[in-house]
Amino acid sequence: MNTPVAPGRRARITAITSGKGGVGKTFLSANLATALARQGEKVLVLDADLGLANLDVVLNLFPKITLHDVFTGKHTLEEAILEAPGGFSVLLAGSGMVEYSRLTPEVREQLVDVVQKVVPRFDRILLDTGAGISDVVLYTVSLADEVLIVATPEPTSLTDAYATIKVLATTQGRRDIRVLVNQVSKPGEGRIIRGQLQQVVDRFVSPGLEVPVKLEFVGEVPIDPSVREAVKKRQLLLDCLPGSAAAQAVIAAATRLRA
Amino acid sequence: MNVFPEKLIEVNSKPHFLPPAAADALRLEQALSLLSQSGQQVPAGVEGSTPWLQSLIDALCDLSSRDGLTGLANRRNFENAIARESDRVARSGEPALLLMLDIDHFKRINDHHGHVAGDLVIKAVADALNATVRPMDLVARIGGEEFAIILPNCPPAFGSAVAERIRARVESQAIPLVGGQQLGCTISIGGAYAPQWVRSTPAVWMERADLQLYRAKSEGRNRTCLEPTPVSVVSAEEKGLLFASSIFGEDLS
Repeated sequence: MNTPVAPGRRARITAITSGKGGVGKTFLSANLATALARQGEKVLVLDADLGLANLDVVLNLFPKITLHDVFTGKHTLEEAILEAPGGFSVLLAGSGMVEYSRLTPEVREQLVDVVQKVVPRFDRILLDTGAGISDVVLYTVSLADEVLIVATPEPTSLTDAYATIKVLATTQGRRDIRVLVNQVSKPGEGRIIRGQLQQVVDRFVSPGLEVPVKLEFVGEVPIDPSVREAVKKRQLLLDCLPGSAAAQAVIAAATRLRA
Repeated sequence: MNVFPEKLIEVNSKPHFLPPAAADALRLEQALSLLSQSGQQVPAGVEGSTPWLQSLIDALCDLSSRDGLTGLANRRNFENAIARESDRVARSGEPALLLMLDIDHFKRINDHHGHVAGDLVIKAVADALNATVRPMDLVARIGGEEFAIILPNCPPAFGSAVAERIRARVESQAIPLVGGQQLGCTISIGGAYAPQWVRSTPAVWMERADLQLYRAKSEGRNRTCLEPTPVSVVSAEEKGLLFASSIFGEDLS
């Protein structure tokens, strides 16, 4: 209800979240942004993992001016938006953001303010949120038009992804949630996982809701040594190993995200 | 309960004068008879004067926001209030509780004792609800035997005690019927807190409270069910189904 609306250009805001940390959310955000930019979208990745941001590490960008300076009023938003290597823009949280890991009224106002200002200037905003279902994460997700959940086939990741879906469906009225499965060990595993999540949602979440929750499969990214290689080099996978299976899977996921 | 206090103050603070001729041309008979029929006070003061017209409008506003039978807020008033309250919670983060209430087996009461008795029961429940909440809470009749209460600034730790107090009060009262007979009734209550700080809509909030009311009904009625917090807990049953697939059997068991 409080989501900003601007006339003319209006970015589609996609929150990328995961129940559990360490599932490759930030790595995927950066590479999805690259793929989307190559497909012609003007993309901004907003590092909304305020407490534990590491998009800077993934992108090997350590700017002097960050979101922190925008929040404190030291610099303008324009000064903090950088060009990332993948051909998209990025707004990094910066290390000073630890003090924003709690959701105070000021943090909320600041976040909404920033989102409102960037929305008319991009086609797509990826909100790289923190893991878990803390109030900062839930609030950030609530600013998005759509949600993409990243999960891996590990039982702990699946459980946390399911818990996140449940919370988003019941407290935010989300009915369409996208699922991207990372680190699959055989083709088709991602679809099975989506089906598995859907089955539990149908049985335990949707009854009682007027409109059932639909999980949309966006793709699966295989376990691929080239991912490790790119991360170690601090490069985008789509830049350094574009022909790898994982890179191709990310490109396919970006295409489905645009549909 | 004053229904639109902010608006009234705003209007009162600006002096307006209507030319006497214009006031004479107004046809107010129907408005005045509506008010007297519904037991509302007909405005005092000089007929046709601005203060008189203002109190006439106030009385009509009040009338159009109340349920005729019980005097509670009606559905329209409730929808306004819940929209305001969810906006307020989204900004302030203050906890607010929504209770949805329904008289148990009301159809049976109507069928066995007649509609007059049914109306008496509805009125008695309305009085009990009014008597058990704070002045700042909004009690509304939103359907035949359905009620809703918005409790702003109600800490989560108090929610079930408040709901239980309301339920117990209704259960304990004997409702005198015409002819000396007495009747008891019970209610089921479902409740949910407004999602703090997140984008939500009154519809989602009501759906969540309704879901709990449904649970209270299906668990046997005459009980209160509040949405369990947090909803993020994943039960053993849910996990069992989540890992039922063969892929987990092969790799991880």
